[in-house]
Amino acid sequence: MRNRRSPFALLLLSVALAAGACAQTQPTPWNQLKFPPLPAFQPQQPVRIQLANGMVIFLQPDHELPLISASASIRGGAISEPAAKTGLVSLYGDVWRTGGTKTRTGDQMDDFLEARAAKIETGDGSGSTSVSLNCLKGDFDAVFDMYLDLLHNPEFRADKLDLAKQQMYTGIARRNDEVGSIVGRESAILAYGKDNPYAREEQYATVAAVTRQDLVNWHQQYVHPNNIIFGISGDFDPKAMEAKLRQAFEAWPKGAQAKDPEVKFPPTKPGYYFIEKTDVNQSTIAMVDLGILRDNPDYFAVSVMNEIFGGGFSSRLFNNVRAAKGLAYSVGGGVGSSFNHPGMTNIRMQTKSETTVVGVQALYEEIDKMHDKAPDADELKRAKDQILNSFIFRFDTPEKVLREKMAYEFYHYPLDFLERYRGEIEKVTAEQVQAVAKKYLQKDKLAVLVLGNDPNFDKPLSSLGPVTKVDITIPPPPKELMQQMGMQGPPGEN
Amino acid sequence: MKRSLANALGLLLLALTLPLAAQDLASFEKRVTVKTLPNGLTVLILRRPEAPVFSFFTMVDTGSAQDPLSKTGLAHMMEHMAFKGTPDIGTTNYAEEKVALAKVEQAYAAYEAERIKRVGRDPQKLAELQKEWQDAIAAADKFVIKNQFGEIVESHGGVGMNAFTTYDETGYLYSMPSNMIELWAAIESDRFANPVMREFYKERNVVMEERRMRTDSSPTGRLVEQFLGTAFDANPYHRPTIGYQSDLQSFSATDAERFFHHYYLPSNMVIALVGDLDPDKVMPIVERYFSQLPTEPKPTELTTVEPPQNSVREVKLHEMAQPLYLEGYHRPSYLDPDDAVYDAITDIMSNGRTSRMYRSLVRDQKIAAAAAGFSGLPGTKYAHLFAFYGVPIPGHTNQEIQKAIQEQITKLKTQDVTDEELQMFKTRTKADLIRGLASNEGLAQQLAIYQTRYGDWRELFRYLDKVDKVTKADIRRVANKVFQDENRTIGTIQTVTQPPADAKGAN
Repeated sequence: MRNRRSPFALLLLSVALAAGACAQTQPTPWNQLKFPPLPAFQPQQPVRIQLANGMVIFLQPDHELPLISASASIRGGAISEPAAKTGLVSLYGDVWRTGGTKTRTGDQMDDFLEARAAKIETGDGSGSTSVSLNCLKGDFDAVFDMYLDLLHNPEFRADKLDLAKQQMYTGIARRNDEVGSIVGRESAILAYGKDNPYAREEQYATVAAVTRQDLVNWHQQYVHPNNIIFGISGDFDPKAMEAKLRQAFEAWPKGAQAKDPEVKFPPTKPGYYFIEKTDVNQSTIAMVDLGILRDNPDYFAVSVMNEIFGGGFSSRLFNNVRAAKGLAYSVGGGVGSSFNHPGMTNIRMQTKSETTVVGVQALYEEIDKMHDKAPDADELKRAKDQILNSFIFRFDTPEKVLREKMAYEFYHYPLDFLERYRGEIEKVTAEQVQAVAKKYLQKDKLAVLVLGNDPNFDKPLSSLGPVTKVDITIPPPPKELMQQMGMQGPPGEN
Repeated sequence: MKRSLANALGLLLLALTLPLAAQDLASFEKRVTVKTLPNGLTVLILRRPEAPVFSFFTMVDTGSAQDPLSKTGLAHMMEHMAFKGTPDIGTTNYAEEKVALAKVEQAYAAYEAERIKRVGRDPQKLAELQKEWQDAIAAADKFVIKNQFGEIVESHGGVGMNAFTTYDETGYLYSMPSNMIELWAAIESDRFANPVMREFYKERNVVMEERRMRTDSSPTGRLVEQFLGTAFDANPYHRPTIGYQSDLQSFSATDAERFFHHYYLPSNMVIALVGDLDPDKVMPIVERYFSQLPTEPKPTELTTVEPPQNSVREVKLHEMAQPLYLEGYHRPSYLDPDDAVYDAITDIMSNGRTSRMYRSLVRDQKIAAAAAGFSGLPGTKYAHLFAFYGVPIPGHTNQEIQKAIQEQITKLKTQDVTDEELQMFKTRTKADLIRGLASNEGLAQQLAIYQTRYGDWRELFRYLDKVDKVTKADIRRVANKVFQDENRTIGTIQTVTQPPADAKGAN
């Protein structure tokens, strides 16, 4: 592919270099090395096209391999579903694909695509849904035809809705089996509140309430070109591809503009919360609070603060709680951020039952230290170096650049957000780091969740303060559903 | 079904993709530089100048299967220790630290000798020895610069720093900006030439927490540990990679150091580097730094072979968790001439929504939320298991899953797979190979693994020839050979609402 030199020239060159290398045969100690500057690298930017119907398209050619992949992000996601039908968008994201099109069942699509090692998949998230494709470039036209068919003519066949519901019921029945899933779910509920659309959980009844018509309605309400950001990367000619996409999408009429619901974010209720689990010998601790939005001017100082506090192998949490105290294998965290809603601040560790309270105190101690003193010049520099020197990995593939741009477009962020980020990180001072730690990491505002086997704790959790017990009992399925599924009683008792 | 059309399409696709793969091998052969240094270390460099970054993968051909008796978890512990630095990294004064660390080992040996006494253990003496050991640790700790190794990597732009230990091998990896290649060579060679066992006993506590997390506090973790302990007798695959708690509580830094000197030898390691690297410039740098590793012959191979299983075995776990069904059949190692046939079975049984397990257990019978069959439990280097599992949906049982799996196995043994299924396997294998070429990290890992496992990285591409030769008759023959009842081990989770008495306060 990229072999410009003749083998003979290469041979000469290697002889010359070998001779040169002989002069220096001893290793140099790592701290005496000097590094050449990183070669200037301008990542290829995708071409942005906006169609008259509002659809935004990004084209990112990449000729390394004979593959093409594409994805459409569509506005409207789980936060917009009715609470009584929680799980609707998740079912939609599954059955859109498995339910097939007017003329082809999902199973027929599977046969066609898998024979070509190709994929078309649909998905769902809190604020969006998606349809993606991935194929060898020789198959693109056939696969793209099928993609358009699915985009415009989904059928949401009932048998696949039933299948998807069964999968969700299985997930509900199993949600208390593994520690990670319990703590992940319950800590989000504590941070955001149980009815908040970013934390609420589907239940048997809310899944059972979803009908095929709900999926059809959702599709009609949201899947319009003006709600779509479409990105494509791979081995294609950009002019020809642009023409093909214009042909495919330009005649598609505009529809209703999607609008996210107003979501309220009341402050997290601080305190100690306990989940009893008798079959574990290790406690999981999660300290949570509302985080920030990514367009907050403090975002850059928070990024540096997170790096120092709990990000990666050289953070304070890793160094002090794991390496120096040997209290945990898994420990980390920081102030969370999201594009369009407050992220979740989350400090987490797992430690043996016998050091549970010690573990909570060890995390507190690290928070106190962030408050008490600004990081010294060395620590600040290391944290910034970590972010700045690894910056290249944010855009070292055309695909990553494309995904960043699509995210900024989706959330109405400036498209050069990433380019600006670098300069903003450089400006962060030690005092700013201390200030954001004080502002966003406050012990008395944290909800502290502990899951564990409390008879074996070093001290009762109540020695730290009043404790609220969290009930994680799974609400049983409605009677009709139990009969329909052939269950004698709620899962776990049959 | 429009069988003939599907066939024709399949053949067409085959014609399209085969030359592509051949082309890839040819183009890769020009871009891959391989060199075995005089000390036995094999280095591969693949130039992929898409962006000024590179990834590496260091593969040590030693895993937990090499853990000494009574010292399970030692290979994994050594992996953790490889982040603890060297005489030049992680210390304020190595000369003094070295003396202090020797004292820690002396004190630990004395404490351990008393602790493991069966008869006549003196609790008072034990407490004193423990204190001396802890005091020695505190004295040695004074010289430690915490996590300096990781900090050097991260502050110079390293990302994805990690390592893993499996039954078969130990791997080390991260990515860096390409101007840091000499720093990489300096610290990575130092790490494997001169590791220092500092903070060993705290790291041992960290590993115990890892065990509590992955195994003790997880129903699936508990099932897999018990299942493997039942399925294997002679091969070390019957022991957990993470180690038994009692072994973790016992082994020493001296043990880890001994393990290191025995297995972390250049002749037992392969390093692959992929990215914006000019081999003509980089190979001499690698050579300059890594030549400091000692020349030693490759350690002897494990010779124990798992004897044939001649009766069905079963483990049932009573858990406060939903049911789960798992069964495994012994199969030969990855070097078996039928390796690609097993991959065909995995693909046809398990890959995606067209797979037999999905269509029968999930889609049609509606008894499982997920079901699949796959090779490689718990490793592939030695004879291992081809396993099937099913996750029952509410209202359905492990027995139904077992029966449905048996039906699928019987079908595989008695009827040929279809032309479409076989062709799909071949097409997808080729496409997956192509997709794998898009990442520095993935390529580095693949090159190092194939070089280690076959002595030639080209096997990564040549494997496609073996895939192409797989026939329907091969699949039936192998299924009949392996999927025999007396060759089977069954593992299940059965739901209880109260914890079994012995699990309470598990430790």
